[in-house]
Amino acid sequence: MNKIMVIAEHRLGELTAATFEVIAAAVELKQTKGFSVNVAVLASNPAEFSAKLNIAGVDEIIEVLIQENQFQTDTYEAVINSLLDEYAPSVVLTSNSIDAWSCMPIIAAKRQCGFATDVFALNYDGDDLIATRAAYGEKMHVDLEFPDKETVLITLRGNTYKPIEQEASVPVSSFSAPSVNARTTHKRFIEPETTSDVDIAQAELLLSIGRGIENEDNIEQFEELADTMGFTLGCSRPIADNGWLPKSRQVGQSGKIVVACNTYLAFGISGSVQHMAGMKHVPNIIAVNTDAEASIFIIAKYGVVADMFEIADELINHFE
Amino acid sequence: MKILVPVKQVGIIDEDYEIRDDGKNVDVDFLDYEINEWDNYSWELALNLQETYGEAVEIVPLTVGPDEAEDVLLNCLAKGGERGIRVWDDALVDSDSMAIAQVIAKVAEHENADYVLTGTLSSDHSFAATGMCVAGLLNWAHAAVVSKVDITPDAQQITVNRELEAGIEEEITVESPAVLSIQLGINEPRYASLRGIKQAKAKPVEVMSHKDFGLTDAEVGEMGSLSKVRKMYAPEHSQAELIEGTVAEQAKRIAEIVKELKGDT
Ligand SMILES: Cc1cc2nc3c(=O)[nH]c(=O)nc-3n(C[C@H](O)[C@H](O)[C@H](O)COP(=O)(O)OP(=O)(O)OC[C@H]3O[C@@H](n4cnc5c(N)ncnc54)[C@H](O)[C@@H]3O)c2cc1C
Ligand SMILES: Nc1ncnc2c1ncn2[C@@H]1O[C@H](COP(=O)(O)O)[C@@H](O)[C@H]1O
Repeated sequence: MNKIMVIAEHRLGELTAATFEVIAAAVELKQTKGFSVNVAVLASNPAEFSAKLNIAGVDEIIEVLIQENQFQTDTYEAVINSLLDEYAPSVVLTSNSIDAWSCMPIIAAKRQCGFATDVFALNYDGDDLIATRAAYGEKMHVDLEFPDKETVLITLRGNTYKPIEQEASVPVSSFSAPSVNARTTHKRFIEPETTSDVDIAQAELLLSIGRGIENEDNIEQFEELADTMGFTLGCSRPIADNGWLPKSRQVGQSGKIVVACNTYLAFGISGSVQHMAGMKHVPNIIAVNTDAEASIFIIAKYGVVADMFEIADELINHFE
Repeated sequence: MKILVPVKQVGIIDEDYEIRDDGKNVDVDFLDYEINEWDNYSWELALNLQETYGEAVEIVPLTVGPDEAEDVLLNCLAKGGERGIRVWDDALVDSDSMAIAQVIAKVAEHENADYVLTGTLSSDHSFAATGMCVAGLLNWAHAAVVSKVDITPDAQQITVNRELEAGIEEEITVESPAVLSIQLGINEPRYASLRGIKQAKAKPVEVMSHKDFGLTDAEVGEMGSLSKVRKMYAPEHSQAELIEGTVAEQAKRIAEIVKELKGDT
């Protein structure tokens, strides 16, 4: 039988939330094609994780014992390679994580597998797998196909598939890891600095500024606007990278997910997938952007095509 | 120590655009071009290393692209470096990360490079895979999304930080030679000076084809890619309710919505 293999991912002792979404995607795909879903977990104590992978729709959990618990790219590459030799799955799914960005292209390049990153829809057209992803800063969608590829590796965008709640008792097997020449060595994890700054993840009302701000001198105007409106000031990554606002104010994949936010005002933010990863769940998004085609408008509830400075000048008068 | 820095000319969609007749990409006539944002950071890193270690370090920018793409090399050479490399052939049209990586890997071998520094991601097709495909082809050690680097010439191993999700980083050592994909914010890319821009025009750019490296047409372009575009299309349109009118009217409406949401109307 054809197989869909999921590589479970974990960090600092926890399976990543995205792993459960990837399993949901695999189970959905299985329903259209009747494939089996095999979930592999690589860890120094895989049983600890596999106990949490008893999810309805999964056909097999494959435990792979490796020495170091944290991700090491050569190890993952070698193990996934042997799993592919042994199981010959037609599709391999992981989340679109930084770890996957490190190891999956290597496997794809060496084996000449079909390959696509940051995919948000998977469908079959007859026997052809079609993977949909975005291009040109989310302004275009692209359907990809993989003719003549026996195996296709896909990394899946987060927040696309809903994890399956239903549990099941899934058979567990073990697979022995091949020997590996690890050329990178883990030294330490560095957690973000704890600051006395406000925690934007706890703010209900956020006003975020992006590269439309143009230069540092303009920050003050928006600080004042946010204050006057009773909003907390957040930002997109370039603003934090430039040092114009502290890193703790950055919303997005490598910053914070603004879990408690109810109303999000986005000024001069284009809506990159990494920024949206931190805020697209917010129920009330109001976006101000001069570009009517900016992808932030796709997720916004209210769109304002206008200059952020002109809007800010007027807006503040309504709150003083 | 030789550092090869692949830099890409990325397309940006103009306000109006048309899809190519075959439906697989935006018509090039409707794209604006610039250097991929990430590649300013990888080139800056190379420049910094050269400034620190002087002649012990050679830095070479490489682009895989048509005539017009030479602009991105000039962009780099205006800031430093002595020469650039451009590889192109019409067979390279519609290459994905893998097909581009075939070329970059060959150039790295040909140049005897010790490090290849790519960007993490390109802003047009956003594969985030080219650098690591190069590492796979060369069978070199590698790290993706690198946010800090400590390289010394002739070192057997270097120390880098991998930027992970949610602001976490991982410090690792990496054996050389290595391929690193460089992340935004690792440094502050400089601007080219007018003098630099003038000087860059006199710096040599070697132009080659994939065939010069023994690659066949089947190894590049769509044939050498790991995926094929079936079609490209505009996503379904935005759900946003547009707030129209004069700026004053727009601002007033935003204020109303915000006050209502705050429950203090
Ligand atoms: C691994 C990884 C992690 C990342 N993590 C994050 C993250 O956590 N958070 C994050 O934000 N990014 C992150 N990024 C970066 C991300 O890819 C984008 O580069 C970034 O989000 C762009 O920020 P922006 O929207 O402010 O800038 P841009 O994309 O440059 O957009 C600026 C917008 O401002 C508009 N504008 C310009 N002038 C005006 C004006 N006067 N009035 C109104 N609008 C105007 C423009 O039309 C444009 O839409 C990450 C990238 C990678 C690869
Ligand atoms: N055509 C190209 N020429 C040179 N370098 C490229 C090219 N395409 C991609 N790259 C490199 O690969 C990086 C990531 O691109 P991508 O994998 O397309 O997201 C870029 O930042 C460049 O360093």
